[in-house]
Amino acid sequence: MENWRENQEIIVMEGRIKVPYTWAAGEVGTRYLETLRDQRKFMGTRCPRCEIVYHPPRRNCPDCFEECEDWVELGSQGELQSYTVVRRHHPQLSPLPLPFAYGIIKLDGADTGFLHILSDFQEGELAVGSRVEAVFAEEREGNIRDVLFFRPVKGVD
Amino acid sequence: MAKKRVAVTGVGMTKQRSSRPDVTGIELINEAVRAALDDAGITRKDVDAIVIGNMDHFEGINYVDTWSVDGNGALMKPIMKVCTGGTTGTTVAMAAYYHVASGLFDKVLAIAWEKNSESDTTGAIITAFDPFWDRPCFAGAVAGLALEATQYMAETGATEEDAAYVAVRDRKHALLNPYAHLHINLTIEMVMESPYLSWPVKMGDMCPRTDGACALIFASEDVVDEFPHRPAWILAVADRHLWAYTSDPYVNQKMVGGTWFPAMEKATEEIYSKVGITDPLNQFDLAELYLPYSFAGLRYMESLGFCDRGGGPELVRSGATDLGGKCPVNPSGGVLSSNAIGATGLLRVAECALQLQGRAGERQVPNARLALATGFGGCFWSDELILGVDKPEKPRG
Repeated sequence: MENWRENQEIIVMEGRIKVPYTWAAGEVGTRYLETLRDQRKFMGTRCPRCEIVYHPPRRNCPDCFEECEDWVELGSQGELQSYTVVRRHHPQLSPLPLPFAYGIIKLDGADTGFLHILSDFQEGELAVGSRVEAVFAEEREGNIRDVLFFRPVKGVD
Repeated sequence: MAKKRVAVTGVGMTKQRSSRPDVTGIELINEAVRAALDDAGITRKDVDAIVIGNMDHFEGINYVDTWSVDGNGALMKPIMKVCTGGTTGTTVAMAAYYHVASGLFDKVLAIAWEKNSESDTTGAIITAFDPFWDRPCFAGAVAGLALEATQYMAETGATEEDAAYVAVRDRKHALLNPYAHLHINLTIEMVMESPYLSWPVKMGDMCPRTDGACALIFASEDVVDEFPHRPAWILAVADRHLWAYTSDPYVNQKMVGGTWFPAMEKATEEIYSKVGITDPLNQFDLAELYLPYSFAGLRYMESLGFCDRGGGPELVRSGATDLGGKCPVNPSGGVLSSNAIGATGLLRVAECALQLQGRAGERQVPNARLALATGFGGCFWSDELILGVDKPEKPRG
């Protein structure tokens, strides 16, 4: 093949596949998202055996394999377990203007953290272990972005 | 229990490059497969079964096992595809090992590959995340790793400069590996001055995206004498995973019993007990670790028991993990120098085999007899394999 042509231009085919997936939240996810949308409340589920409170809610405990039928109301504040500040804008991937952060937040009353976005913070204000609170959207649609973002709890060290 | 002892007896790989438009995926696979067959002195006809792996969503091709049959050698043979995210390559190795260790197949071809140039890697990676709880807020690999780095620094006091030592070490090793993708004589200053992607992770801390393929021949103890190179024995394998959501792997410690990086620590506990490893830094002659970014080269040393918790920076700065040190880490240049994601785990095993066979060229670790290979996935899946020169006394799980 080396002798075929010097500096050949390789033909490239552009893909056009756009697969319109839809994903069902299921009964557990729907109950959670409805409560978030209609009551601005976070709910977790508790394993009847090990008593871990899961947030996001899980239908079954992945360890004990028991049905988690108990629902527990959680606080809208929590502890920041880790975070990363994003400083590069990507038009399709950036959910908020820069700088914003991704964080793992353990809500009060939950044993597990969950992922969300942080905004409305000053440089140096975020730290592992700091207290953060949810800011809800006025118009809520029944998804996790009904919480616009978390921010440092104001007036608390 | 395993019925047969298993060794790697042939190694093939393509040069790892940013883009290979001169070949299709099928042809790229074929380059590595033919290199492995030639290296082992066998032909396609001699292969009893094939295991192949990549990440479907990176190329947008689903039936890779059958689609690539022209290149992979599996025409009218048993083949199966495995895909476990970043660990795919090590899982391919483990599946090939299971095939042979079961006693059902004597010669198994393991293939792992990726053409990252054919899609948007970050866009494709997001399909690994939960559509309800993660995707609406989050994208790609860099930010997920940054969350780990932030927590690690907060817990241990490690610094960004500590991590830069890992970035520099692996890139220096890559200068000795003609098959590595990046050949950059990096300095600490260059890493520290590179732009932040997602604090505290900078451009210099991250792996590249690569096109490449790797193929290995796994052979049973009954046939190893037919091959030209001395066998690199698989002494044991182990794997653990725990992921459902982005927050699971390292912060939800209550769920899985309070360890630090539970998937890696539990896999390590199992595999070390199988082989009798109590002092990894002194017992291993080298380690090929799946370090997708620099901070992993600190933290994983601790989860792998090479030092105490928080001791990663001191260990790395001491030079013990450099080529010429007590236990060189990533003599190949590692993932920080080449990351054709599906192939990456198998390349770790390939480097261990080459080192144990004394065929690693300028980067050869003198008298290498015992080596550790790991696979890591963005979902914090942890695969581990131990390879050795000495034939194990009996088949082992």
